[in-house]
Amino acid sequence: MLNIYCPICQRDCDETELSCGGQAHLIRRDHASSDKNFYEYLYERKNDKGIIFERWRHVYGCGKWFHTARCTLTNQVFGSYSAKEVQPPKSILATIRRSRVDFKGWVK
Amino acid sequence: MKRYSLSSIFTEAFKDNLGWEKAWTKGQPKKEYQIIIVGGGGHGLATAYYLAKNFNVTDIAVIEKGWIGGGNTGRNTTIIRSNYLQESSIGIYEKSRSLYETLSQDLNYNIMFSPRGVLMLCQTEHELRAMKRTSHANRINGVDTKMVAPEEVKEIVPIININGPRFPVLGALWQPRGGTARHDAVAWGYARKCSDFGIDIIEQCEVIGVKKKREKIVGVETTKGNIKAKKVCFVAAGHSSVLADLAGFRLPIESVALQALVSEPIKPIIDCVVMANTVHGYLSQSDKGELVIGGGADGYNNYSQRGSFLHVEETVRALVETFPVISRLRQLRQWGGIVDMTGDRSPIISKTPVDGLYINCGWGTGGFKAIPGSGWATAEMIYNEQPGKLASPFSIDRFSEGRLIDESAAAAVAH
Repeated sequence: MLNIYCPICQRDCDETELSCGGQAHLIRRDHASSDKNFYEYLYERKNDKGIIFERWRHVYGCGKWFHTARCTLTNQVFGSYSAKEVQPPKSILATIRRSRVDFKGWVK
Repeated sequence: MKRYSLSSIFTEAFKDNLGWEKAWTKGQPKKEYQIIIVGGGGHGLATAYYLAKNFNVTDIAVIEKGWIGGGNTGRNTTIIRSNYLQESSIGIYEKSRSLYETLSQDLNYNIMFSPRGVLMLCQTEHELRAMKRTSHANRINGVDTKMVAPEEVKEIVPIININGPRFPVLGALWQPRGGTARHDAVAWGYARKCSDFGIDIIEQCEVIGVKKKREKIVGVETTKGNIKAKKVCFVAAGHSSVLADLAGFRLPIESVALQALVSEPIKPIIDCVVMANTVHGYLSQSDKGELVIGGGADGYNNYSQRGSFLHVEETVRALVETFPVISRLRQLRQWGGIVDMTGDRSPIISKTPVDGLYINCGWGTGGFKAIPGSGWATAEMIYNEQPGKLASPFSIDRFSEGRLIDESAAAAVAH
């Protein structure tokens, strides 16, 4: 079972307390943008086998959203950070690099 | 290929069964093929089979990373049905179900198709209304289903508890022609027939790169060397996004783990398939006597082929309420597979941004029932270089064009 840190409550949470919101850092463009842009925002996903950055919500807790870095193959969790960040912070990337030497960094 | 028949069993019995051949030949890659199918599961093998059978193309290689039938084809709960809501889904799933009826004869391989009937329970007022709508849609499109009352449900499945308390059975959608088949046999049967057509089945061979020339496919790079091809089709279920990434585009797909489990074997207690979508669980009994139980998918992306324990518990808890008789059964095995979920819960059979590269994916939690129909439609698309009537509603464009085939209500989780 996943154990993920909620940066708002500042404690580890069980998977049953949380709800996953899918890929983080998606760009939502304004209503005048093209069909392709909406497709990218609504449906197209990186769906990586390996490290991903995703949104989680502490449903049975503070109810707030936050971001988490996790490996989809091993389910190893590398830490959480604020949902206000527009890209993964350096500290999280450094944590990932410590255990995954071949990690290439975050791709948009 | 030696035909399987009563006389072959009889003759072999007198020869100590030493004369049986390997069902299919383990191929080694040639330098070049007309068509390469990446993925040796049911859908990939069926595609190759119908290319050979319907279009006489046999210069094909089926490349499989692991072994034949080791992915989702060998991990599902083997349910076959076609009681969908939307016309385009009914088209392909009903084609598939009807192909299953004669598949054993077509393949000369007993796939143990058992049309024992599929019962989809309605346990809330809303579900009852939705299922009535589905039954009307089915009738318009010529799919044999009907609504049955709670008393009839009890008659069909005597072990069911229809009185609740939390989720009483208010009715059910009954598809008598639905049922189950032996999942491994479907993969093995197709593989045997493909091999007989001269198609190379190459196992333990992973695609690690895609060769393109000016946005046109020219071949694939594999762990067994480079292979050239005029056309390539990805049929890799949960790993479709990984392959698409190699080819330089993204898909509207998310991969999640879906789990199933079987109980210890017991005497026959249930002779049809029951699906309870409100409480997330479905149940049938295998020929060995094990209860085959499927449940919900994990709520987050993952490629681990294991799944979380809490979903197993959730599924079993729900089923015990509906079938109190199973409460003392022990779990024998539990496993997971990686399913490819699309936004509208309908599959993708489509051309891709790369010329000559086709894709068949997105079957999500219900790909097994679609194997023959999907192979049929994909073969047609690859041969004609454009999707036919069955496949055209399922192109990738539908997401940006807004013509979704919304089947998320066809089954809350289970297919």
